[in-house]
Amino acid sequence: MSAAARRGRSAQRTRGANTAPVIELEGVRKVYRSGEIEFEALRGVDVAIDEGEYVAVVGPSGSGKSTLMNILGCLDVATSGRYLLAGEDVSAMSERELALVRNRRIGFVFQQFHLLPSKSAWRNVELPLVYAGVPRTERRDRAVAALERVGLGERIDNRPGEMSGGQQQRVAVARALVTEPALILADEPTGNLDSASTADVFGLLDDLHAHGRTVVVITHDHEVADRAPRNLVVRDGLVTEDRRFVAVGGVRR
Amino acid sequence: MSWAETLRAAVEAIRAHRLRSALTMVGIVIGISSVVLTVGLGQGAQREVEDQISALGSNLLIVSPGSSTDSAGVRGGFGSASTLTVGDAAAIADEDVAPDVEAVAPVSSSQTSLIAGESNWTTSLIGTTTSWQDVRARELASGRFFTDSELERGAEVVVLGPDTASELFERGSPVGQDITIAGSRATVIGVLASTGSSASGSSEDDVAVVPLSTAQAITGTTSTSVSTIYVEARTGDTLAAAYQEIQALLLTGHGVSATDADFSISTQESLVETANATNRTLTVLLGGVAGISLLVGGIGVMNIMLVSVTERIREIGLRKALGATPSVIGRQFLVEASVLGLAGGAIGVMVAVVGAQTLPALIDQPVSLSAVAVTAALGTSLALGVGFGVYPATRAARLTPIDALRSD
Repeated sequence: MSAAARRGRSAQRTRGANTAPVIELEGVRKVYRSGEIEFEALRGVDVAIDEGEYVAVVGPSGSGKSTLMNILGCLDVATSGRYLLAGEDVSAMSERELALVRNRRIGFVFQQFHLLPSKSAWRNVELPLVYAGVPRTERRDRAVAALERVGLGERIDNRPGEMSGGQQQRVAVARALVTEPALILADEPTGNLDSASTADVFGLLDDLHAHGRTVVVITHDHEVADRAPRNLVVRDGLVTEDRRFVAVGGVRR
Repeated sequence: MSWAETLRAAVEAIRAHRLRSALTMVGIVIGISSVVLTVGLGQGAQREVEDQISALGSNLLIVSPGSSTDSAGVRGGFGSASTLTVGDAAAIADEDVAPDVEAVAPVSSSQTSLIAGESNWTTSLIGTTTSWQDVRARELASGRFFTDSELERGAEVVVLGPDTASELFERGSPVGQDITIAGSRATVIGVLASTGSSASGSSEDDVAVVPLSTAQAITGTTSTSVSTIYVEARTGDTLAAAYQEIQALLLTGHGVSATDADFSISTQESLVETANATNRTLTVLLGGVAGISLLVGGIGVMNIMLVSVTERIREIGLRKALGATPSVIGRQFLVEASVLGLAGGAIGVMVAVVGAQTLPALIDQPVSLSAVAVTAALGTSLALGVGFGVYPATRAARLTPIDALRSD
């Protein structure tokens, strides 16, 4: 069993005792202004997500789920309301502070992978560690470990252009988990992948969840959402449904 | 993110776009190399002038006659009058009156034709005293200089400059040969050594030196006026004192006030100053043109950095999402622009060094590169990179991660 897996186990064991949610949104509103026109993308969202949960945020395009994803990812701040991430109030943070929070607390997986084409796999994976100020040798060790974790131990020196889409997304997953973040936030992670690679990536996310990581997937695809034990349905800027399923042996009933 | 990491990232980004980086640097390279070369040319010309003037002798004061005014009231300009005489030179040589004067050499000069056998040559005939050799710090290549007794009796002897000697005598030693100076015979007793500053064909090496009395006999004049009086001060420190003594002496001797002085005294320094003033104007002018090309190069850096910010907008967004703060992103672009500027400057200096080696052969002008100029050029190129990098860096730092990630 890998070190990361052991850490995951222990996190799972203590989950019950640790009641502080990883994510806590209270009355979050987001208003976009474009000249005279105002558009309220989120109209008061209250959500709490506990540590170790696997949540899918579903909704059609234009429902506000992308805005919600941006706010959850600290890429944007709410117009009003409160957002506690791992107990820390991020609602009124400066850009600089938000960058540090993203670096420490959140691992992103994007639909378009967003890998730097000129850098090898491990150089892509180490990037968050560079901004965290981790020394160079340790960065490489951790990046290689993360790549092994996603099954790409053989391809650490390959550039994104030399890999398939599925492999590229696995590099992105490795980059998301290399900082051991409180939250892994995946925005349509399989939107650009074929079904085999989709299964791969979800296998990875399931595995991360099984090892105690908090995973939030944003999607408009119900098949994707069906894999998560909890679904938040967003419609017209509000969370209209909060569905929980009982998982048995990793398969929902 | 440490400065070392930032620098490494900047170098990587520059190397990732080799062609574009090279083209960006071309502007800086041209600007820096032309500025360094222009300044080098200016300094080379300045040094040449200084060499020529210092070859005149050391601790030298040059007394020239003032302007003359003819009966119609037309003023002739400096040097046109014949207000200086052998008597003035003798007075300056008086140790009691001018204690800071080491030696005095009055000179009367005129253009004269020389004939030696089949060949003839026109040069300046210098009539002077025996101290001329010391005052003007001239060595002899062969033979000897004339003596006091030869000076007194107006002996028909002549000392030739090296260029004059080679013009008149293609082969064989001129010493002991007879030549004709403006119809009078004279024996060559010595040949001067070259002053060494013959880069622009110095007239110092093309002369015929005869005793003052002989010159008067040759030119058939009875006038005691001389065209220049060269004075050597005892040391460099007493130059100013000697200057004062000569001035006071001549003013009293000529019975004029300082405002009506019928002579002028120049030092080597003042000659250098005059010569350099022209050079400096040219250097500033050319340097200004080169400076403008440097400015254009700097704007090129800014232009490319702005393009680079736009082109790498997704990369910037991603880096921000992964935890790069605005200042880290700004610093990355600033360092990138600075590295471009500095690298361009370094290449420019190398081009200038190569140019400094090859140019003198092509245009017959010395180029002297100074460490100061090179350091200043590198500093300027770095400053250009930083200066013109600020705006693109600020733009990059201000991008919001969502907008940057979204753009396609």
